[in-house]
Amino acid sequence: MSGDITHVPAIELRDVCKRFGRTEIIRGVNLSIPRGERHAIIGPNGAGKTTLFNLISGRFPISSGSITVDGRSTADLAPQEINRLGLSRSFQITSIFPRMTVFENIRCGLLWSQGYRYSFWHLLGRQKALNEAADQLLERLKLSDRRNLQAGLLSYAEQRALEIGITIAGGAEIILLDEPTAGMSHSETDSAVALIRRVSEGKTLIMVEHDMSVVFGLADRITVLVYGEVIASDQPAAIRGNAAVQEAYLGTVAA
Amino acid sequence: MNMLRRHWPWILAFVILLAIPFLFYDWSKGRHSGFVLTLMSEIGVMAIFALSYNMLMGQAGLLSFGHAVLLGMGAYCAAHVVLLVKAGTIWLPTELVPLAGGLGGLFFGFVFGWLVTKQRATAFAMITMGLGELVSAAALMFMGFFGGEGGIPVDRVMNTSLVGVSYSSPWQVYCLVLVWAFVAAVLMKLQTQTPLGSMANATRDNFERAQFVGYDPRMVRLYQFALSGFFAGIGGGLYVMIYEIVTFDTVSAAKSANALLAVYIGGAGGFFGPILGTIVVVLLQSGVSLLSNAWLLYVGILFIVMVMYAPGGLIGLLFMHMPIWRAGRMRELLLPYARAFPPALIVLLGFVFLVELTSFTTIGAAQGKKFSIGGNVIDTTAPMPWVIALAMLVLGALWLRREARGFRERWDDVMDGIKRQGAMS
Repeated sequence: MSGDITHVPAIELRDVCKRFGRTEIIRGVNLSIPRGERHAIIGPNGAGKTTLFNLISGRFPISSGSITVDGRSTADLAPQEINRLGLSRSFQITSIFPRMTVFENIRCGLLWSQGYRYSFWHLLGRQKALNEAADQLLERLKLSDRRNLQAGLLSYAEQRALEIGITIAGGAEIILLDEPTAGMSHSETDSAVALIRRVSEGKTLIMVEHDMSVVFGLADRITVLVYGEVIASDQPAAIRGNAAVQEAYLGTVAA
Repeated sequence: MNMLRRHWPWILAFVILLAIPFLFYDWSKGRHSGFVLTLMSEIGVMAIFALSYNMLMGQAGLLSFGHAVLLGMGAYCAAHVVLLVKAGTIWLPTELVPLAGGLGGLFFGFVFGWLVTKQRATAFAMITMGLGELVSAAALMFMGFFGGEGGIPVDRVMNTSLVGVSYSSPWQVYCLVLVWAFVAAVLMKLQTQTPLGSMANATRDNFERAQFVGYDPRMVRLYQFALSGFFAGIGGGLYVMIYEIVTFDTVSAAKSANALLAVYIGGAGGFFGPILGTIVVVLLQSGVSLLSNAWLLYVGILFIVMVMYAPGGLIGLLFMHMPIWRAGRMRELLLPYARAFPPALIVLLGFVFLVELTSFTTIGAAQGKKFSIGGNVIDTTAPMPWVIALAMLVLGALWLRREARGFRERWDDVMDGIKRQGAMS
């Protein structure tokens, strides 16, 4: 039985379509991402990469097709229920809890996975294991010296790091990162990549990314999305040599 | 000992509040001032109410226009429980009547919460407003439970006290209010430090993000709403004990507005803001209303001024001084404050004078009252008082503006100095 489970892909999309009104944003995407893979989704602006994330994470319902997480259909699940299956996502536009402290932000990411649910009888200050876990994660994010600062007051790069921190805090096995390095300087990007590499160790990582050095440095496999369709899904070397991809995407960037 | 060291502000506050009525004690007759006790009991109830309102407004970012529904339903439940105890149907210690109110509030918090927490933001505000109107209307229609316009009168002397107190005197009731107010305040303070309290903040800040860390924002709102109802209901139970009657105005929009005013004036940001706001609002309501017909206007003006110039409320103004206080530089602000005080006072007096003149020419004249200051009757039809009032207002305002500029410069100087110091260390 356990041998079977490892063959179930972490995420599987079958003929997924998404229409907004009469505009078709995602047009029949098939994609299977095995466990433990670092997968990048690239494509020109407006290709539907973020929409794809929104569909997988349950932010938007799909128009047709099916999405499974660990073999479980997510069709009738709310975003929080998909999250509880062990899928966590970050946002392209930083999405944190701005009026709470950095530490509280991380702790909010931990609460559900540690089984606190909607408890109003546990005092957070007394939950030693919980607070230690949050502090350890802050350490890994290199945000320890910002611990008690309001998250909204962090610098942009720090907010991006916190965004990733909230995403991974709950120990999700499947992590979706939407342009984690967008708007970062070179050195900030380097440390962000190192961070992503560390936190996604042994997990399934799917990320949308524009920075090709990040994509080719991190990904085991790359999917190219153009106008809502997958035109290629392969290993980095093969993608680099793919003529259609060159024409549709890489060529225009490299030129 | 450790308890004492850590919680001394709470204990001190309790002792002070217990002592205040004795400042107004009539030693010759050996009697407490009924007015002061009722006023302070009212503050206690309304403080619980405002704090419970802030569980929605400050903690969860939910602007409710119908919060009195929870207070009122708690009060009605408590009143019926008192009636049942008096009839001998059930037995309950008098001290636990507020708890009965709380459980009533909790129940209706769940029922109404189920309805209103499906939405947030503006839609939530609108639904709560509708709910408030609905319950107000129902209170006049369903005689059995609400008692119609006459309300439900009760006799709080139940003879079921656990500590042998009859609760026939306002002093005894005040002590009950004080104890319950502290219990409720401590519990609400602790609730802010629980997973639910923390996630209420999170859904306030970013409800969508809360979903993607595994929480259903709707359930967070519902539980928060129900708990808020529990505490509002405790306030309702105490209301029954103080006034010995519940009428439909406990569920009215005016009552709901009271909580909103108190929270805005006191400040939603800090836990104690609503308590400060409650003290101000109740004093204006019960104190100033004895002196002036225009008291509601003063509440309104204060509300507008606070929302416009100090959106953080009174507690926000206090917090602004914290860095300066910590740096030990409050002394440098003494002089600017002292200089701004006289013009501010003149503006205030000029404004009050003008409002009172107006109110005495209209309502006052109709009531046959005379406007007098220190025994001198002032002729509101003569031009002179009006000229003086207007001059005070205008000249005071000009003077205040000048002093305010100087004050701001001084303030910025001090703040800059503190920031530089902070950057160096």
